[in-house]
Amino acid sequence: MSDTPIMRLAKATPPGIGRRVGGLSDRAIAWIFVAPSIALLLAVNIFPLIWTIRLSFTNFRVNRPNRDVEWIGLENYRDILTDSDTWLSTQATAHFLFWTIALQVLIGFTMAYLINKKFRGNDMWTTIIVFPMMLSPAVVGNFWTFLYQPQIGLFNYVVGFLTGADPSSFSMIGDVALAPWAIIIVDTWMWTPFVMLICLAGLRSIPDSIYEAAECDRASKWRQFWTITIPMILPFLMLAVLFRGIENFKMFDLVVQLTGGGPGSTTEVTSINLKREAFERWRTGYASAYAVILFVTVFGLASIYVKALNKVKDR
Amino acid sequence: MKRNLTLTVASAALIAGASAVQAEDLTLCWAAWDPANALVELSRDFEEQSGHNMSFEFVPWPNFADRMLNELNSGGQLCDLMIGDSQWIGGSAESGHYVQLNDFFDEQGISMGDFIPATVRGYSEWPKGTPNYWALPAFGDVVGWTYRRDWFERPELQEEFMATYGYELAAPETLAQLRDIAAFFQGREIDGTTVYGAAIYTERGSEGITMGVTNALYNYGFTYGSAENPYEIEGIVNSDGAVAGLEFYRDLYDCCTPPGSSDWYMSENIDAYRSGQVAMQMNFAFIWPGVNADPNVGGDRSGYFPNPAGPGGQYAQLGGQGISVVSYSENQDAALEYIAWFAQPEVQASWWEAGGYSALRAVVEDPGFADSQPYAQTFLDSMAIVQDFWAEPAYADLLLAMQDRVHSYVVAGEGTAQEALDGLVEDWIEVFEDEGLID
Repeated sequence: MSDTPIMRLAKATPPGIGRRVGGLSDRAIAWIFVAPSIALLLAVNIFPLIWTIRLSFTNFRVNRPNRDVEWIGLENYRDILTDSDTWLSTQATAHFLFWTIALQVLIGFTMAYLINKKFRGNDMWTTIIVFPMMLSPAVVGNFWTFLYQPQIGLFNYVVGFLTGADPSSFSMIGDVALAPWAIIIVDTWMWTPFVMLICLAGLRSIPDSIYEAAECDRASKWRQFWTITIPMILPFLMLAVLFRGIENFKMFDLVVQLTGGGPGSTTEVTSINLKREAFERWRTGYASAYAVILFVTVFGLASIYVKALNKVKDR
Repeated sequence: MKRNLTLTVASAALIAGASAVQAEDLTLCWAAWDPANALVELSRDFEEQSGHNMSFEFVPWPNFADRMLNELNSGGQLCDLMIGDSQWIGGSAESGHYVQLNDFFDEQGISMGDFIPATVRGYSEWPKGTPNYWALPAFGDVVGWTYRRDWFERPELQEEFMATYGYELAAPETLAQLRDIAAFFQGREIDGTTVYGAAIYTERGSEGITMGVTNALYNYGFTYGSAENPYEIEGIVNSDGAVAGLEFYRDLYDCCTPPGSSDWYMSENIDAYRSGQVAMQMNFAFIWPGVNADPNVGGDRSGYFPNPAGPGGQYAQLGGQGISVVSYSENQDAALEYIAWFAQPEVQASWWEAGGYSALRAVVEDPGFADSQPYAQTFLDSMAIVQDFWAEPAYADLLLAMQDRVHSYVVAGEGTAQEALDGLVEDWIEVFEDEGLID
């Protein structure tokens, strides 16, 4: 037998250790490998979640360490659900969610459909289009704040040029009617490429043979689109909606950068409201209850949605 | 003089004695702004004398409160010294974040009587009006105004202004005059550029619009509570005068500010002024050294004036901070040495020269002080008329309510001024009830 490095290592290993490791079952070894990850998950996810739920039933405020913490039952939940500010911020979030998803799916799918055609420079255009989603939301927020500047902003200038309006006559982020749309436009600009990529993956997964068979059956392009393309890409579209929905439900950075929740409370989405309660008013128990409500809402809606997604996939 | 000498000797002895014992690494936490840079330079002298190493943690203003209060509330040991906002003093004292400094001041011969009274009350005392000190006044600051003196002095503009308003175009003495001047400049072409009347605070996210609107409210008769009971606010916070003050601020915003200035605070106002967009800007006095040195608008091209008087008197919003020792610090002795060093009259004089606003009376009452900088007299005049926002432990609840109510009325244009202030009274009463301050 040749004296290979492996053999030398085997010879050097004390027989006791070899037996002990060798005596472990596959299941035990698997646990050894998985245990650190589980411990980490418990420490940074599960424990804080349980702790948050516990705090949500108290009047604890982290900035009042000397005050007694009282168990107040469901009082925080009742206060949140009966607070008109909660419903106003929920409305702002719903408005933002609906329009960003609608626009991103529509534009993203259209772009994917166009870019899926074979043409020169296809890859280069794809790279250019996905550029916005590579940027940090903080950078995008700052950048668009300048674009929306009434006196020097490019956005106002372009709108003024196209409509004949005075660019400084409107303020995208300072007007109650326009501010929600200012955020929707930026989010759409930033994240439509993400939806486009998912749609592109879906379009490229449709075998050409299906279209060829449809051609043989003399199906029109329009009919091919509605009976082949849309049904086959639907799971991908639904996945994109799921990702964007979850992401935009907790939208924070872009809104803070652009409007800070204003004018007034027009763009105060739930995540901003939650942050103010938790880290400005320091109502820790109240904010915990708020976080639990949001978690249950997102988790519940996402679960229902995933079931629907699976049904579509099975079809 | 004798007290100053005692203080200097005591500080020197303390520093010399301590440096013989052990060199520490001290971290000072503050906002990221020009005065902080000046303090870094000034502190080199302390490092040389004491042998301690100074590090600095500076956070931009919009995130300063979040970041630092999080640090204090979590019992963090990042900061040994904290130059915290005046509004934090109540909460930080009651929650045990700051070390009480009375005994230390007595030992060192540091007297609060040596500092500007408004800064002692605003930055050091808790409860207010009692001799319990939690900070040394570190940086006196107040909201005031900067104006384009070079534009104001143009003969053709002076002539037109006189013809229109019937009085001379000069730094305004009343809020009504300020409104006239702002309206006069709004949308005017100057040197081929469209300029606007005034940059005012409108920021929604942190404290901006509150720090701005109070300069109108105070001067129309707004007070935080009755003289007998500070928590009795019904009919006071929403008095007719307060309503008129709020209406004035909204009118100023509507008529005379640059388009898009719906979320502006200190830095946006500075940018607008330096870039020649506005004739006047509201801002804290800390910006004045920078304005004075600016190549485009500095020197004789700018002038400074205190917040103008209104029908209810002349007041201005207090800014500024005190320096405290964080109770979670393991280097408290060295941190106290820093405070002793910083309190010395010659260090305070250097602080003023470096661009920091000393609150030491020996510095500001020096006969040469008023002429030492073009803005020095305005600073003195402004510090004499200050009012401050709540400094209760629940100040954040009170501030957030005001931010929301005022921004909704002034910027978003929702409801009336009376409704906004009635709503504010409801919000504040709810906070006071939660805090057990009223039944």
